[in-house]
Amino acid sequence: MTDFEDLDGLAGRIAAGSRLALPPDYGGVSIAATARMIARRVRDLHLVALPSTGLQTDMLIAAGAVASVESAAVTLGEAGLAPCFTKAVKAGTIAVKDATCPALHAGFQAAEKGVPFMPIRGIIGSDILAYRPDWRVIDNPFSKTEDPIVVVPAIAPDVTLFHCPRADRFGNVWIGRRRELVSLAHASRTTLVTVEEIVDGDLLETEASAAGVLPSLYVSAIAVAPGGARPLGLQDLYAPEPEAVADWVRHAEAGDLDGAFRAVGARMPELEAL
Amino acid sequence: MTATGDIHPRETIICTIARLLEGCGNVAVGAASPMPGSAALLARALSDGGTRVTLLGSRRHNYFTDGGRELFDCAGQGRVDAFFLSGAQIDGQANINLSYIGDPGHPKARFPGAFGSAYLYFVVPRVILFREEHTRRVFVDRVDYISAPGTSEPGIYRPGGPHALVTGLCAMRFDRARGRFRLESVHPGHTLEEVRDNTGFDFDVPDRVPETPLPGPDMLATLRGRVAGEVAETYPRFAEALFGSAPQPNRITA
Repeated sequence: MTDFEDLDGLAGRIAAGSRLALPPDYGGVSIAATARMIARRVRDLHLVALPSTGLQTDMLIAAGAVASVESAAVTLGEAGLAPCFTKAVKAGTIAVKDATCPALHAGFQAAEKGVPFMPIRGIIGSDILAYRPDWRVIDNPFSKTEDPIVVVPAIAPDVTLFHCPRADRFGNVWIGRRRELVSLAHASRTTLVTVEEIVDGDLLETEASAAGVLPSLYVSAIAVAPGGARPLGLQDLYAPEPEAVADWVRHAEAGDLDGAFRAVGARMPELEAL
Repeated sequence: MTATGDIHPRETIICTIARLLEGCGNVAVGAASPMPGSAALLARALSDGGTRVTLLGSRRHNYFTDGGRELFDCAGQGRVDAFFLSGAQIDGQANINLSYIGDPGHPKARFPGAFGSAYLYFVVPRVILFREEHTRRVFVDRVDYISAPGTSEPGIYRPGGPHALVTGLCAMRFDRARGRFRLESVHPGHTLEEVRDNTGFDFDVPDRVPETPLPGPDMLATLRGRVAGEVAETYPRFAEALFGSAPQPNRITA
Protein backbone atom coordinates (compact mmCIF):
# COMPACT_ATOMS: atom_id res chain seq x y z
CA MET A 1 0.00 0.00 0.00
CA THR A 2 1.21 3.43 -0.86
CA ASP A 3 0.67 6.07 1.82
CA PHE A 4 -0.39 9.61 1.05
CA GLU A 5 1.28 12.15 3.32
CA ASP A 6 1.84 15.83 3.67
CA LEU A 7 5.30 17.08 2.70
CA ASP A 8 6.55 17.29 6.27
CA GLY A 9 5.44 13.76 7.06
CA LEU A 10 7.14 12.48 3.93
CA ALA A 11 10.40 14.24 4.78
CA GLY A 12 10.16 12.86 8.32
CA ARG A 13 10.45 9.31 6.97
CA ILE A 14 14.11 9.90 6.16
CA ALA A 15 15.91 8.97 9.37
CA ALA A 16 19.27 10.25 10.54
CA GLY A 17 22.08 8.00 9.32
CA SER A 18 20.14 6.75 6.28
CA ARG A 19 21.76 5.82 3.00
CA LEU A 20 19.72 8.09 0.72
CA ALA A 21 19.69 7.61 -3.07
CA LEU A 22 19.18 10.67 -5.28
CA PRO A 23 18.46 11.38 -8.96
CA PRO A 24 20.55 13.82 -11.02
CA ASP A 25 19.56 17.50 -11.14
CA TYR A 26 17.89 17.00 -14.55
CA GLY A 27 15.99 13.89 -13.47
CA GLY A 28 13.33 15.10 -11.05
CA VAL A 29 14.78 16.29 -7.75
CA SER A 30 12.46 16.92 -4.81
CA ILE A 31 13.81 20.26 -3.69
CA ALA A 32 10.56 20.80 -1.75
CA ALA A 33 11.08 17.69 0.41
CA THR A 34 14.79 18.50 0.71
CA ALA A 35 13.86 21.86 2.23
CA ARG A 36 11.63 20.06 4.74
CA MET A 37 14.42 17.62 5.61
CA ILE A 38 16.67 20.58 6.29
CA ALA A 39 14.02 22.28 8.41
CA ARG A 40 13.67 19.01 10.38
CA ARG A 41 17.44 19.02 11.00
CA VAL A 42 18.09 15.54 9.60
CA ARG A 43 21.73 14.49 10.16
CA ASP A 44 24.44 12.05 9.13
CA LEU A 45 23.07 11.13 5.71
CA HIS A 46 25.04 8.94 3.33
CA LEU A 47 24.09 10.18 -0.12
CA VAL A 48 24.41 8.01 -3.21
CA ALA A 49 23.64 9.58 -6.59
CA LEU A 50 22.39 7.82 -9.71
CA PRO A 51 24.66 8.85 -11.22
CA SER A 52 25.45 12.51 -10.35
CA THR A 53 24.05 15.19 -8.10
CA GLY A 54 24.16 18.95 -7.61
CA LEU A 55 21.97 21.53 -5.93
CA GLN A 56 20.17 19.08 -3.62
CA THR A 57 23.44 17.69 -2.27
CA ASP A 58 24.94 21.15 -1.90
CA MET A 59 21.85 22.26 0.10
CA LEU A 60 22.05 19.20 2.38
CA ILE A 61 25.79 19.73 2.94
CA ALA A 62 25.20 23.43 3.67
CA ALA A 63 22.68 22.38 6.33
CA GLY A 64 25.16 20.01 7.96
CA ALA A 65 23.06 16.97 7.09
CA VAL A 66 25.64 14.91 5.19
CA ALA A 67 28.29 12.42 6.34
CA SER A 68 29.29 11.05 2.93
CA VAL A 69 28.63 11.41 -0.80
CA GLU A 70 28.99 8.67 -3.41
CA SER A 71 28.65 10.09 -6.92
CA ALA A 72 30.15 10.22 -10.40
CA ALA A 73 30.10 14.02 -10.19
CA VAL A 74 28.80 16.91 -8.12
CA THR A 75 28.10 19.97 -10.24
CA LEU A 76 25.68 22.84 -10.66
CA GLY A 77 25.94 22.78 -14.45
CA GLU A 78 26.34 26.20 -16.01
CA ALA A 79 26.46 27.73 -12.50
CA GLY A 80 29.74 25.87 -11.93
CA LEU A 81 31.08 23.97 -8.94
CA ALA A 82 28.85 23.20 -5.96
CA PRO A 83 30.33 25.58 -3.37
CA CYS A 84 29.37 23.82 -0.13
CA PHE A 85 30.42 20.40 -1.46
CA THR A 86 33.76 21.80 -2.65
CA LYS A 87 34.42 23.49 0.69
CA ALA A 88 33.51 20.35 2.65
CA VAL A 89 35.78 18.16 0.49
CA LYS A 90 38.73 20.52 0.96
CA ALA A 91 38.10 20.72 4.71
CA GLY A 92 37.65 16.95 4.95
CA THR A 93 34.32 17.29 6.76
CA ILE A 94 32.52 14.82 4.47
CA ALA A 95 33.71 11.51 3.04
CA VAL A 96 33.66 11.19 -0.75
CA LYS A 97 33.40 7.92 -2.65
CA ASP A 98 34.21 8.82 -6.24
CA ALA A 99 32.55 6.68 -8.88
CA THR A 100 31.85 6.76 -12.60
CA CYS A 101 28.28 6.89 -13.98
CA PRO A 102 27.96 3.36 -15.41
CA ALA A 103 29.45 1.80 -12.26
CA LEU A 104 26.65 3.37 -10.24
CA HIS A 105 24.05 2.24 -12.78
CA ALA A 106 25.57 -1.26 -12.56
CA GLY A 107 25.47 -1.26 -8.74
CA PHE A 108 21.81 -0.23 -8.71
CA GLN A 109 21.00 -2.80 -11.38
CA ALA A 110 22.60 -5.51 -9.25
CA ALA A 111 20.31 -4.52 -6.36
CA GLU A 112 17.31 -4.50 -8.73
CA LYS A 113 18.10 -8.07 -9.72
CA GLY A 114 18.90 -9.18 -6.18
CA VAL A 115 22.41 -10.28 -7.16
CA PRO A 116 25.50 -9.33 -5.12
CA PHE A 117 27.58 -7.59 -7.78
CA MET A 118 27.76 -6.57 -11.42
CA PRO A 119 30.68 -6.53 -13.87
CA ILE A 120 31.46 -3.30 -15.72
CA ARG A 121 34.00 -2.52 -18.46
CA GLY A 122 36.60 0.23 -18.39
CA ILE A 123 37.81 1.85 -15.11
CA ILE A 124 41.00 -0.26 -14.89
CA GLY A 125 44.03 2.02 -14.55
CA SER A 126 42.05 4.94 -13.15
CA ASP A 127 42.62 6.48 -9.72
CA ILE A 128 38.88 6.04 -9.12
CA LEU A 129 39.51 2.31 -8.88
CA ALA A 130 42.64 2.90 -6.77
CA TYR A 131 40.53 4.71 -4.14
CA ARG A 132 37.68 2.16 -4.15
CA PRO A 133 38.74 -0.86 -2.08
CA ASP A 134 35.13 -2.07 -2.28
CA TRP A 135 35.45 -2.52 -6.06
CA ARG A 136 37.34 -5.56 -7.32
CA VAL A 137 39.00 -6.70 -10.51
CA ILE A 138 38.26 -10.34 -11.37
CA ASP A 139 39.21 -12.48 -14.33
CA ASN A 140 36.32 -13.00 -16.75
CA PRO A 141 35.37 -16.63 -15.96
CA PHE A 142 33.98 -17.15 -19.46
CA SER A 143 37.07 -16.05 -21.39
CA LYS A 144 39.67 -18.46 -22.76
CA THR A 145 42.33 -15.77 -22.39
CA GLU A 146 43.07 -13.51 -19.47
CA ASP A 147 40.42 -10.78 -19.35
CA PRO A 148 40.41 -8.62 -16.21
CA ILE A 149 37.09 -6.89 -15.50
CA VAL A 150 35.85 -4.66 -12.66
CA VAL A 151 32.98 -5.82 -10.44
CA VAL A 152 31.04 -3.42 -8.21
CA PRO A 153 28.83 -4.40 -5.27
CA ALA A 154 25.04 -4.06 -5.36
CA ILE A 155 23.77 -0.67 -4.14
CA ALA A 156 20.64 -1.16 -2.02
CA PRO A 157 19.91 2.20 -0.34
CA ASP A 158 17.67 2.60 2.70
CA VAL A 159 15.54 5.20 0.99
CA THR A 160 15.21 7.18 -2.24
CA LEU A 161 13.46 10.51 -2.81
CA PHE A 162 12.45 12.13 -6.09
CA HIS A 163 9.87 14.42 -7.72
CA CYS A 164 7.53 13.51 -10.59
CA PRO A 165 4.76 15.18 -12.58
CA ARG A 166 1.85 13.13 -11.24
CA ALA A 167 0.52 10.10 -9.41
CA ASP A 168 -2.88 8.43 -9.32
CA ARG A 169 -4.85 7.55 -6.17
CA PHE A 170 -3.55 3.97 -6.30
CA GLY A 171 0.01 5.16 -5.82
CA ASN A 172 1.17 4.69 -9.42
CA VAL A 173 3.66 7.39 -10.38
CA TRP A 174 4.24 8.85 -13.83
CA ILE A 175 7.99 9.01 -14.54
CA GLY A 176 7.89 9.32 -18.35
CA ARG A 177 11.26 8.31 -19.82
CA ARG A 178 13.27 9.14 -16.68
CA ARG A 179 13.94 5.45 -16.24
CA GLU A 180 16.74 5.93 -13.67
CA LEU A 181 13.91 6.71 -11.25
CA VAL A 182 12.76 3.12 -11.77
CA SER A 183 16.24 1.87 -10.83
CA LEU A 184 16.25 4.10 -7.75
CA ALA A 185 12.87 2.74 -6.64
CA HIS A 186 13.59 -0.91 -7.44
CA ALA A 187 16.90 -0.85 -5.57
CA SER A 188 15.80 1.11 -2.48
CA ARG A 189 13.92 -0.34 0.51
CA THR A 190 11.76 2.78 0.82
CA THR A 191 10.69 5.05 -2.05
CA LEU A 192 9.37 8.55 -1.29
CA VAL A 193 7.91 10.58 -4.13
CA THR A 194 6.65 14.14 -4.35
CA VAL A 195 4.40 15.02 -7.28
CA GLU A 196 2.94 18.09 -8.93
CA GLU A 197 -0.57 16.66 -8.65
CA ILE A 198 -2.74 13.63 -7.94
CA VAL A 199 -4.88 12.71 -10.94
CA ASP A 200 -8.18 10.88 -11.14
CA GLY A 201 -8.25 7.53 -12.89
CA ASP A 202 -5.68 4.73 -13.13
CA LEU A 203 -2.33 5.44 -14.81
CA LEU A 204 -2.03 1.72 -15.59
CA GLU A 205 -5.32 1.69 -17.50
CA THR A 206 -3.94 2.29 -21.00
CA GLU A 207 -0.69 0.97 -22.46
CA ALA A 208 0.25 4.51 -23.50
CA SER A 209 0.24 5.81 -19.94
CA ALA A 210 1.34 2.54 -18.29
CA ALA A 211 4.60 2.60 -20.29
CA GLY A 212 5.74 5.66 -18.35
CA VAL A 213 4.65 4.48 -14.91
CA LEU A 214 6.50 3.39 -11.80
CA PRO A 215 3.86 1.08 -10.28
CA SER A 216 2.70 1.53 -6.69
CA LEU A 217 4.32 -1.79 -5.75
CA TYR A 218 7.58 0.14 -5.35
CA VAL A 219 6.20 3.40 -3.96
CA SER A 220 6.12 3.76 -0.15
CA ALA A 221 4.65 7.24 0.18
CA ILE A 222 3.58 10.20 -1.92
CA ALA A 223 3.16 13.89 -1.06
CA VAL A 224 1.84 16.65 -3.27
CA ALA A 225 4.27 19.54 -3.82
CA PRO A 226 3.45 21.79 -6.78
CA GLY A 227 6.66 23.25 -8.24
CA GLY A 228 8.52 20.79 -6.02
CA ALA A 229 11.62 20.57 -8.24
CA ARG A 230 12.14 24.34 -8.56
CA PRO A 231 14.54 25.97 -9.15
CA LEU A 232 15.52 22.80 -11.03
CA GLY A 233 13.41 21.74 -13.99
CA LEU A 234 10.84 18.98 -14.40
CA GLN A 235 10.50 17.07 -17.69
CA ASP A 236 8.35 19.15 -20.09
CA LEU A 237 6.48 20.94 -17.30
CA TYR A 238 8.94 23.63 -16.31
CA ALA A 239 12.47 24.65 -17.21
CA PRO A 240 15.35 25.06 -14.75
CA GLU A 241 15.99 28.54 -13.34
CA PRO A 242 19.74 29.00 -13.80
CA GLU A 243 19.67 32.49 -12.26
CA ALA A 244 18.41 31.07 -8.96
CA VAL A 245 21.13 28.42 -8.95
CA ALA A 246 23.75 31.08 -9.76
CA ASP A 247 22.42 33.09 -6.80
CA TRP A 248 22.81 30.03 -4.58
CA VAL A 249 26.47 29.87 -5.63
CA ARG A 250 27.08 33.58 -5.11
CA HIS A 251 25.58 33.66 -1.62
CA ALA A 252 27.08 30.34 -0.51
CA GLU A 253 30.56 31.33 -1.69
CA ALA A 254 30.25 34.52 0.32
CA GLY A 255 29.32 32.45 3.38
CA ASP A 256 25.76 33.81 3.41
CA LEU A 257 23.81 30.57 3.80
CA ASP A 258 20.66 32.37 4.77
CA GLY A 259 20.77 34.29 1.49
CA ALA A 260 21.73 31.15 -0.40
CA PHE A 261 18.74 29.21 0.90
CA ARG A 262 16.46 32.11 0.14
CA ALA A 263 17.85 32.30 -3.42
CA VAL A 264 16.63 28.77 -4.18
CA GLY A 265 13.77 28.75 -1.71
CA ALA A 266 11.52 31.68 -2.51
CA ARG A 267 8.81 29.02 -2.37
CA MET A 268 10.19 27.51 0.81
CA PRO A 269 9.51 29.98 3.63
CA GLU A 270 10.49 27.54 6.37
CA LEU A 271 14.08 27.91 5.24
CA GLU A 272 14.13 31.57 6.08
CA ALA A 273 14.28 30.60 9.74
CA LEU A 274 17.68 28.93 9.21
CA MET B 1 41.54 38.77 -36.84
CA THR B 2 43.28 39.99 -40.01
CA ALA B 3 43.19 36.86 -42.13
CA THR B 4 40.02 35.53 -40.56
CA GLY B 5 37.70 38.37 -41.42
CA ASP B 6 34.60 38.20 -39.32
CA ILE B 7 34.91 34.50 -38.48
CA HIS B 8 35.01 34.08 -34.71
CA PRO B 9 37.88 31.83 -33.48
CA ARG B 10 35.26 29.66 -31.77
CA GLU B 11 33.55 29.11 -35.11
CA THR B 12 36.84 27.82 -36.53
CA ILE B 13 37.21 25.48 -33.55
CA ILE B 14 33.64 24.18 -33.88
CA CYS B 15 34.20 23.50 -37.59
CA THR B 16 37.52 21.75 -36.83
CA ILE B 17 35.77 19.43 -34.39
CA ALA B 18 32.91 18.84 -36.85
CA ARG B 19 35.41 17.63 -39.48
CA LEU B 20 36.73 15.08 -36.96
CA LEU B 21 33.22 13.63 -36.77
CA GLU B 22 32.86 12.94 -40.48
CA GLY B 23 31.53 9.43 -41.12
CA CYS B 24 30.25 8.92 -37.57
CA GLY B 25 26.78 7.39 -37.46
CA ASN B 26 26.08 8.06 -33.80
CA VAL B 27 27.63 10.91 -31.81
CA ALA B 28 26.91 11.59 -28.15
CA VAL B 29 27.84 14.75 -26.27
CA GLY B 30 28.03 15.07 -22.50
CA ALA B 31 26.56 17.77 -20.30
CA ALA B 32 28.04 21.29 -20.16
CA SER B 33 29.72 20.98 -23.59
CA PRO B 34 28.48 23.81 -25.81
CA MET B 35 31.36 23.78 -28.33
CA PRO B 36 31.42 19.99 -28.86
CA GLY B 37 27.63 20.09 -28.90
CA SER B 38 27.68 22.74 -31.63
CA ALA B 39 30.23 20.71 -33.60
CA ALA B 40 28.14 17.55 -33.34
CA LEU B 41 24.99 19.35 -34.48
CA LEU B 42 26.99 20.87 -37.36
CA ALA B 43 28.32 17.44 -38.37
CA ARG B 44 24.74 16.18 -38.33
CA ALA B 45 23.49 19.07 -40.43
CA LEU B 46 26.21 18.35 -43.01
CA SER B 47 25.77 14.56 -42.97
CA ASP B 48 22.63 14.38 -45.10
CA GLY B 49 20.88 12.27 -42.49
CA GLY B 50 23.88 10.01 -41.83
CA THR B 51 24.68 11.21 -38.32
CA ARG B 52 22.58 10.97 -35.20
CA VAL B 53 23.40 13.26 -32.28
CA THR B 54 22.39 12.93 -28.65
CA LEU B 55 23.04 15.90 -26.41
CA LEU B 56 22.83 14.99 -22.74
CA GLY B 57 20.86 17.70 -21.01
CA SER B 58 18.68 18.31 -24.07
CA ARG B 59 15.14 17.02 -24.41
CA ARG B 60 14.83 17.63 -28.12
CA HIS B 61 18.21 16.26 -29.27
CA ASN B 62 17.88 13.04 -27.33
CA TYR B 63 17.10 9.65 -28.84
CA PHE B 64 17.28 7.77 -25.54
CA THR B 65 14.22 6.50 -23.69
CA ASP B 66 15.78 4.16 -21.12
CA GLY B 67 17.17 6.65 -18.62
CA GLY B 68 20.73 7.60 -17.76
CA ARG B 69 22.12 4.12 -18.23
CA GLU B 70 21.17 3.83 -21.90
CA LEU B 71 24.13 5.87 -23.18
CA PHE B 72 26.52 3.56 -21.33
CA ASP B 73 24.79 0.36 -22.36
CA CYS B 74 24.70 1.64 -25.94
CA ALA B 75 28.39 2.59 -25.87
CA GLY B 76 29.32 -0.73 -24.25
CA GLN B 77 27.90 -2.51 -27.28
CA GLY B 78 29.88 -0.31 -29.66
CA ARG B 79 26.84 1.67 -30.80
CA VAL B 80 28.33 5.10 -30.01
CA ASP B 81 30.96 6.14 -32.57
CA ALA B 82 32.19 9.38 -31.04
CA PHE B 83 32.12 11.13 -27.67
CA PHE B 84 33.86 14.13 -26.12
CA LEU B 85 35.91 14.36 -22.95
CA SER B 86 37.84 17.18 -21.34
CA GLY B 87 39.89 17.69 -18.23
CA ALA B 88 41.01 20.14 -15.60
CA GLN B 89 44.35 18.57 -16.50
CA ILE B 90 45.29 16.55 -19.59
CA ASP B 91 48.73 15.00 -19.95
CA GLY B 92 50.90 13.78 -22.83
CA GLN B 93 49.65 10.20 -22.45
CA ALA B 94 46.06 11.53 -22.80
CA ASN B 95 45.26 10.79 -19.16
CA ILE B 96 42.51 13.14 -18.01
CA ASN B 97 41.83 14.59 -14.56
CA LEU B 98 38.28 15.72 -13.85
CA SER B 99 38.53 15.25 -10.09
CA TYR B 100 41.30 16.65 -7.88
CA ILE B 101 44.40 18.83 -7.73
CA GLY B 102 46.71 17.62 -4.99
CA ASP B 103 46.12 14.70 -2.62
CA PRO B 104 42.47 13.53 -2.93
CA GLY B 105 42.39 13.21 0.89
CA HIS B 106 43.22 16.90 1.30
CA PRO B 107 42.83 18.42 -2.16
CA LYS B 108 43.90 21.92 -3.20
CA ALA B 109 41.03 21.89 -5.69
CA ARG B 110 38.06 19.66 -6.35
CA PHE B 111 36.33 19.56 -9.74
CA PRO B 112 32.90 18.03 -10.50
CA GLY B 113 34.18 14.49 -10.98
CA ALA B 114 34.69 11.80 -13.59
CA PHE B 115 31.10 11.41 -14.81
CA GLY B 116 31.17 8.51 -17.31
CA SER B 117 34.72 9.15 -18.54
CA ALA B 118 36.38 6.19 -16.81
CA TYR B 119 34.13 3.94 -18.91
CA LEU B 120 33.39 5.79 -22.15
CA TYR B 121 37.12 6.42 -22.75
CA PHE B 122 37.49 2.64 -23.05
CA VAL B 123 34.51 1.75 -25.24
CA VAL B 124 33.92 4.68 -27.65
CA PRO B 125 36.18 4.34 -30.73
CA ARG B 126 36.61 8.05 -31.44
CA VAL B 127 36.96 10.06 -28.23
CA ILE B 128 37.78 13.69 -28.96
CA LEU B 129 39.42 15.67 -26.18
CA PHE B 130 38.41 19.31 -26.11
CA ARG B 131 39.70 22.10 -23.88
CA GLU B 132 39.59 25.69 -25.06
CA GLU B 133 42.08 26.96 -22.48
CA HIS B 134 45.51 25.98 -23.75
CA THR B 135 47.95 26.61 -20.89
CA ARG B 136 50.57 24.71 -18.89
CA ARG B 137 48.05 24.67 -16.03
CA VAL B 138 45.85 22.36 -18.14
CA PHE B 139 48.34 20.54 -20.38
CA VAL B 140 50.67 19.00 -17.83
CA ASP B 141 53.41 16.40 -18.00
CA ARG B 142 51.51 14.16 -15.56
CA VAL B 143 47.99 14.61 -14.20
CA ASP B 144 47.56 14.75 -10.39
CA TYR B 145 44.72 12.22 -10.54
CA ILE B 146 43.74 9.86 -13.34
CA SER B 147 39.96 10.09 -13.68
CA ALA B 148 40.29 8.12 -16.92
CA PRO B 149 43.53 6.73 -18.40
CA GLY B 150 44.53 7.57 -21.98
CA THR B 151 46.15 4.21 -22.63
CA SER B 152 45.86 0.70 -21.19
CA GLU B 153 48.13 -2.29 -20.72
CA PRO B 154 47.91 -5.05 -23.34
CA GLY B 155 45.17 -7.51 -22.37
CA ILE B 156 42.80 -4.84 -21.04
CA TYR B 157 39.54 -4.74 -23.03
CA ARG B 158 39.68 -1.41 -24.81
CA PRO B 159 38.09 -0.97 -28.23
CA GLY B 160 37.99 2.80 -27.70
CA GLY B 161 40.22 5.66 -26.69
CA PRO B 162 41.57 9.10 -27.50
CA HIS B 163 41.46 10.11 -31.18
CA ALA B 164 42.24 13.83 -31.24
CA LEU B 165 42.70 16.89 -29.05
CA VAL B 166 41.31 20.29 -30.01
CA THR B 167 42.20 23.43 -28.04
CA GLY B 168 42.00 27.17 -28.48
CA LEU B 169 45.43 27.09 -30.14
CA CYS B 170 45.66 23.89 -32.17
CA ALA B 171 44.49 20.42 -33.13
CA MET B 172 46.47 17.27 -32.32
CA ARG B 173 46.00 13.56 -33.11
CA PHE B 174 46.74 10.83 -30.60
CA ASP B 175 48.80 7.82 -31.62
CA ARG B 176 47.48 5.03 -29.39
CA ALA B 177 50.31 2.61 -30.22
CA ARG B 178 52.96 5.15 -29.23
CA GLY B 179 50.89 6.83 -26.51
CA ARG B 180 51.77 10.30 -27.81
CA PHE B 181 50.12 13.35 -29.36
CA ARG B 182 51.16 14.66 -32.77
CA LEU B 183 50.45 18.25 -33.75
CA GLU B 184 47.99 18.35 -36.64
CA SER B 185 47.43 22.06 -37.24
CA VAL B 186 47.74 25.44 -35.53
CA HIS B 187 44.71 27.75 -35.55
CA PRO B 188 44.93 30.98 -37.59
CA GLY B 189 46.63 33.79 -35.67
CA HIS B 190 48.68 31.40 -33.50
CA THR B 191 52.13 29.85 -33.81
CA LEU B 192 53.97 26.61 -33.10
CA GLU B 193 56.08 28.45 -30.50
CA GLU B 194 52.92 29.55 -28.71
CA VAL B 195 51.70 25.94 -28.62
CA ARG B 196 55.10 24.74 -27.30
CA ASP B 197 55.28 27.50 -24.68
CA ASN B 198 51.83 26.65 -23.36
CA THR B 199 52.08 22.84 -23.37
CA GLY B 200 53.62 21.06 -20.40
CA PHE B 201 54.13 17.75 -22.23
CA ASP B 202 56.26 16.63 -25.13
CA PHE B 203 54.51 16.01 -28.46
CA ASP B 204 55.47 15.15 -32.03
CA VAL B 205 55.64 17.91 -34.63
CA PRO B 206 55.54 17.36 -38.41
CA ASP B 207 58.19 19.00 -40.65
CA ARG B 208 55.63 21.46 -41.91
CA VAL B 209 52.83 22.50 -39.54
CA PRO B 210 49.66 23.41 -41.42
CA GLU B 211 47.29 26.17 -40.38
CA THR B 212 43.86 24.98 -39.26
CA PRO B 213 41.56 25.65 -42.23
CA LEU B 214 38.88 28.29 -41.80
CA PRO B 215 35.30 27.15 -42.31
CA GLY B 216 34.08 27.47 -45.90
CA PRO B 217 31.06 29.65 -46.68
CA ASP B 218 28.59 26.73 -46.77
CA MET B 219 29.77 25.30 -43.48
CA LEU B 220 29.70 28.73 -41.87
CA ALA B 221 26.20 29.46 -43.14
CA THR B 222 24.93 26.13 -41.78
CA LEU B 223 26.57 26.81 -38.42
CA ARG B 224 25.15 30.31 -38.10
CA GLY B 225 21.72 29.33 -39.34
CA ARG B 226 20.26 25.93 -38.55
CA VAL B 227 22.87 24.89 -35.98
CA ALA B 228 22.78 28.17 -34.01
CA GLY B 229 19.06 27.67 -33.43
CA GLU B 230 19.52 24.05 -32.37
CA VAL B 231 22.35 24.93 -29.99
CA ALA B 232 20.20 27.63 -28.37
CA GLU B 233 17.75 25.01 -27.11
CA THR B 234 20.37 23.51 -24.77
CA TYR B 235 22.87 26.39 -24.42
CA PRO B 236 20.93 29.65 -24.77
CA ARG B 237 23.59 31.88 -23.20
CA PHE B 238 26.41 30.35 -25.24
CA ALA B 239 24.42 30.60 -28.47
CA GLU B 240 23.50 34.21 -27.89
CA ALA B 241 27.10 35.20 -27.09
CA LEU B 242 28.53 33.52 -30.20
CA PHE B 243 25.76 33.82 -32.77
CA GLY B 244 23.89 36.86 -31.50
CA SER B 245 20.17 36.76 -32.02
CA ALA B 246 20.02 33.19 -33.21
CA PRO B 247 16.64 31.85 -34.29
CA GLN B 248 14.96 30.81 -31.04
CA PRO B 249 13.44 27.35 -30.93
CA ASN B 250 10.32 26.70 -28.87
CA ARG B 251 11.48 27.09 -25.29
CA ILE B 252 10.14 24.91 -22.53
CA THR B 253 7.56 26.87 -20.63
CA ALA B 254 5.57 26.19 -17.53
